[in-house]
This record gives sequence, C-alpha cells and structure tokens, in this order.
Amino acid sequence: MAMLSFEKKYRVRGGTLVGGDLFDFWVGPFYVGFFGVTSVFFATLGTLLIVWGAVMGPTQNIWRINIAPPDLSYGLNMAPLAEGGLWQIITICAIGAFVSWALRQVEISRKLGIGLHVPFAFSFAILAYVTLVVIRPVLMGAWGHGFPYGIFSHLDWVSNVGYQYLHFHYNPAHMLAITFFFTNALALALHGSLILSMVNPHEEGDTIKLSEHENTFFRDLVGYSIGALAIHRLGLFLAINAAFWSAVCIVLSGPFWTKGWPEWWNWWLQIPLWS
Amino acid sequence: MKTLNAKSLALAAIGAAALITGCEVPPPEVVQNGYRGLQMQTIYNAEDLRESLEANVPPEPIPAAVPGGPKAKDVYKNVQVLGELTIAEFNRLMVALTNWVAGDAGCYYCHVNEGFEYDGIYTKVVSRRMIQMTQDANANWKDHVADTGVTCYTCHRGQPVPEYVWVTDPGPRQPSGLAPTGQNTAAKSVAYTSLPYDPFTPFLMQDNDISVIGQTVLPQGNRKSIKQAEWTYGLMMHMSEALGVNCTYCHNSRSFYSWDQSAPQRTTAWYAIRHVREMNNEYVMPLSEIIPASRKGPLGDVYKIYCTTCHQGAYKPLYGAPMLKDYPSLAQPLPEGGLEAIRAAKEAEAAPVEAVEEAEVVEEAEAVEEAEAVEEAVPEQAKAEAVEAAAPTPAEEQPVQEAAAEPAAAPAEAEAEVSPQPEPAAEQPAPGPQLRYPPPSMMQYPPAPLQYPPAPAPR
Repeated sequence: MAMLSFEKKYRVRGGTLVGGDLFDFWVGPFYVGFFGVTSVFFATLGTLLIVWGAVMGPTQNIWRINIAPPDLSYGLNMAPLAEGGLWQIITICAIGAFVSWALRQVEISRKLGIGLHVPFAFSFAILAYVTLVVIRPVLMGAWGHGFPYGIFSHLDWVSNVGYQYLHFHYNPAHMLAITFFFTNALALALHGSLILSMVNPHEEGDTIKLSEHENTFFRDLVGYSIGALAIHRLGLFLAINAAFWSAVCIVLSGPFWTKGWPEWWNWWLQIPLWS
Repeated sequence: MKTLNAKSLALAAIGAAALITGCEVPPPEVVQNGYRGLQMQTIYNAEDLRESLEANVPPEPIPAAVPGGPKAKDVYKNVQVLGELTIAEFNRLMVALTNWVAGDAGCYYCHVNEGFEYDGIYTKVVSRRMIQMTQDANANWKDHVADTGVTCYTCHRGQPVPEYVWVTDPGPRQPSGLAPTGQNTAAKSVAYTSLPYDPFTPFLMQDNDISVIGQTVLPQGNRKSIKQAEWTYGLMMHMSEALGVNCTYCHNSRSFYSWDQSAPQRTTAWYAIRHVREMNNEYVMPLSEIIPASRKGPLGDVYKIYCTTCHQGAYKPLYGAPMLKDYPSLAQPLPEGGLEAIRAAKEAEAAPVEAVEEAEVVEEAEAVEEAEAVEEAVPEQAKAEAVEAAAPTPAEEQPVQEAAAEPAAAPAEAEAEVSPQPEPAAEQPAPGPQLRYPPPSMMQYPPAPLQYPPAPAPR
C-alpha cells in the first residue's frame, strides 16, 4: 500500500514495551510489533477453537452455536474440552488478544509521542469483559458463571442472570450504566450532528464554519456550550463510565448481592424521615 | 487544587463506604438447575441459608405407639375423623398436635370444661377440619407434597395461628389523589416491587388465569394486557420470596411460558397453585362463620394459605424433612380399620408382583382374600361416616359430607388394582406415581376479565 508522504517521519524506531527492535516494523499500513504478533496469534487460535467447537455440534445453525462454560461442579478447575474446557481456552485467547491490542495501542502512542488516552479508554471495555468471564466467576467460585459464546445462548445468559435477581432494572449500578450509555448516545448525536452542520457545505461556494458557530448554536439553544475540547472530555467520560458501571452492576450481582434487586432499595423505604 | 483533591477524595470515600455497607460477602451458594452456561441457577447467601436451615428443623418425633388396643371411636365420644385409630396412636397424635399447634395452652386450647367431646369451641372444629385438610393434601396432592407430605407443624411451628398467612389487602393507609390501583407501593408481599400487592385474591382464592401470553404470532384474540401480566408477576414474586428462590428456579426466562424449556420444579408449582386454591376454598373459607373477628383481616376475611405458610423461605418446607412418615395417621383419610387396614391394603398391592417371582398359588389366593376384605370395607366405611355426619355442629355439616366421599376413594383404588384375576394383574406392573403434565387446557387463553380484582374498598 502506498504510504502517504508525511507518514514516513512518524514511522520511527523505538517506543516498544518489550522485545526492543523485534517485530518493530510495518506491514502495509499496519504497525506490527510484539503485541501485533500476539494479537493475531490469540485471535486466530481463539477463532479456530470456536469454529472447532461449532463443528463438534450439535448444531450448525449460526444462531444456536454455543460454546458454553463448564458445569458449576468443576469450580475453578479446568474442565474437559467438550464440557467447557474449550470455553476456558477460548477465554484465555480472547483476553490475550484484547490485552495485546491495548498494548499495541500503547506502543503506537509512544512512537507518536501522544497520550495514552486511547488504550486507557479501551481498557475499560476489556475490564467489562474480564469482569464477566474472570472476576465475577472467581468471586462466585466457578467458571460456569461466565457467559457462553453463542448468539442466542449469550442472550439467554443475560436474560436469566437478570431474573436471578428478580428485577435487574432495580440494580443501582445498572441504572447508572444505562444512564451513561443513553447519555453517551445523546452526546455523540449532538456532537456529530453539530460538526456536520458546520462542515458540510450548505450550498455551492459555502465556507466551512468553525467553533464560533458551534458555540453560538448551543448558547442560543440552551444557554451554554461546552466547547470544542471539553465535548471530547465529556464523551470519553460518558463512554468510560458506561463500561465501568456495567462491570460494577454485574460484579455486584451474585458475589455481593444474592437477593432480589428491588429489595436492595429498602434502605430508601427505611429512611426515618418517612418510615 | 489540593483542597479540591482532598474534598473529592473524601466524597469518593463516603460513596464507596455507602456502597460497601450494603454488600454481602462472596462467594454465594449456587445451585445449577439447567444446562451449563444457561444460568438456570438458584443463588443463596451462604449465611442466610445456614440460618434458614437452622430455623427449619422439625421437632423430634414422638416414639411410636404400641400396636393394638381398642379404637378411639369405641372409647372416646364424638371422634369424627380419627376414630379408626387405636387409642394409643390417637393419644400420641393428640400430644403431637398439641406441641405443634397449641403452644403453651395445651389440651385446653381446643378442649374445654364441658368435656373433651364438646364441639362448642371454634378451635376444636377448626382443628378437625385442618386434620382433614392435611389428610387430603397428603393423599390426593402428591404432585405437590410428594411422599414427604405435610403435617400441622409444617405451617404452625408451635403457634396456634401460622406465622405466615394472608388476608385481602385493603391497600395503603395514606390518602391518594389517584384511584386505587392495587399496586405501586413497594409491598413486601411482592418482593418490594411496585407490582400489585395482593395477587393472592385473584389467583390463590379466585380461579383467574395466570398465563398471559398469546398463543398466536400476531395478537389475534388475546385480550390479556400488560396490567394483567403485572398481577401474574406479583404472584410469581410472592412464590419466589416464599420458596427463597429466584425466577430461574423454574423458568428459562427466554420463554417463561414454555413448558419444555422450564425446570421440572415448575410442574410442582403448577399443582401447588391449584392445591393452595383448593385448600383456601374447600377448607379455610367455609370456616369463616365460626372464626372470630380477631382472626380475620381488615376486610373481615379469614387468614388464608399462600406459599409462605408452609415453605417459609425454603424451597421445600423444612427442607424436605420427612415428618409425615412418623405420623401415618395424617397421610390419608382413615378407612375402616385404621392404619392396620392401610397396611394390609399395601401388602395386597404388593402381593401379585411377588406372585410372579415365586409363582406360588397360595400367596395369590391370600392376596385375593385380602383384597376382598378391603372391598367389603368400602360400603361400611361410607355408612359409618354417614352416621357420624348425622350429628355435627351446623358449621361442620358440609365438610363431613365431603369427608365421607374421600375415604371411599382409597379402598376403591386398591380394589381396582387387586380385584382382577391374579394372572393378568401380575402381568401389569403396579401403576407407580405417574408424572402428569399440566393438561393442554392450561395453555389456552380464553378471553379474560379485563379488570380484576375489584378495586379495594374505601376506608
């Protein structure tokens, strides 16, 4: 692939986390690096294991293929491959691939001399996944609490886990997570549409408008504009919190709360002011 | 900046502390009810479970009565239900019953100065009816109570009135500008949700359809609404609280209605709902006339049975402790001849099977003789009950007549199994307990009442 003329000066040696010059090169547009190799290795191995598990059956229906974690009776031990062991190895591959990807982001950031905001943000997605398949299962004492890898089966998992606590919408951390997800979508929609409205030419020969217009629009609309830089801080804050509280809401359910979530709100009913 | 950091740190600490104080300590106790990874699981707090296990221990059984001796009906007066017991067994049961139900009051809780046979006190009349209810439950509702069965202690736990009973809920006491809807109060009866707080009246007394889902892809003819689903969910919340389990104990939540995706426990619960409904309507409600107002709810209805009455937070009452086996007189309505006759009937049932194995004609003959003896007992039993029914208190009239029909059923079954010629009978294995799935009718959805139950009465 052709390289852009200015790109050369950013393709510098160094900045790697491990291995020195090993794998410190590009393949086409992609930076490889040690963690690029491990990313590809784990992703390929994990995917092939999923395919193998799917081939073993009992179904070839794409919706119903299911790589399930072991029975609870295996606790935190390894299980036979066909009885959940496959899930365990695939989980290791997935975490390996995700973490490698984050560390590859770190290496690229170091080469460019920019902040680590991107890997930091991505690490919250990894945290949410690791919470589901490692932290919570370990706290509950069995790998069988992880979610199965399958399209329908993981939806069943989500639904049933919710109903294990009678009504998951009463989970306060779930409330926060949902609120952050929705607010995140709102902020992104407002920001995306605002930028497009400034940049897209209105008619032939229009000039591109800049932050003065952006700020004025929102000041006219709601009396306040957060500003060009801060909207991205806000976006990152909302997105990270959405992932973070998702992880919190699921790690609370089971390890730290076994009853129905509606009952958790009894502290509100018992406030002396009105009880 | 420093002050800001210190302040935000303090604030975060308070937040974290508030979050932690409500927490339980991992790991929880988890029981897997379905395929791995599906999360059909029951989740317990280990500490709460230990406390519940300790709180649900049955009392030690009283030593068995000496066999033989005269019948209670021949020695005591006005023994309508337990007359066929020997007096040793009868008195043993009375002692057990006193311990289970009467607490400190002892015999005088039900028996008064006018004599032990005196029926003028409501507690005695109610007790008799409750004994019949227990016998009926154990004999005819095995799909619910299995062979574990129930005794008085299952509900009473040493108290004259079981701790967990329900009455029709008149609603919250505070005035409201909204029309009473029967919901939205964070009620304990529905696990502190906003669901209708009295799902018992429509489902555990009245016979409203619990199922709300349509059976067609498009909403053709299904007039059930989300509001009705809330009543169903209210009942389910109660069941979950009563049994100390969650939704996934019975249901795969991807398809709540689907029987082939549900756990077997759901079948038991299906029978349980109907059993409780029958107990409330056949046994509890008819006693309304004689039960004093002090033992009724604010709307004047008697204390009734729901799931918590027996289960008290355990998935099986007393965690399945087999109490009934020590008190066989509560296992079924007593036929003529009492426990001896039941034992004989059971042996008669077993005899044809032995006959195949050993091919001994003598045994077969014996079996037939025994069976005949049982057959003879049937009309006599009915007659005896009819005589007893001649002089009951007015409140009791109807129950006793029903009871007369019930004992006749048990020997009749024995007759059906034994009376054919020994050889064909031998070829057919004795019909064991068969799993009867809920009949197809329950999967149908007749047009439902659009509004139930009636709005609570204004105060």
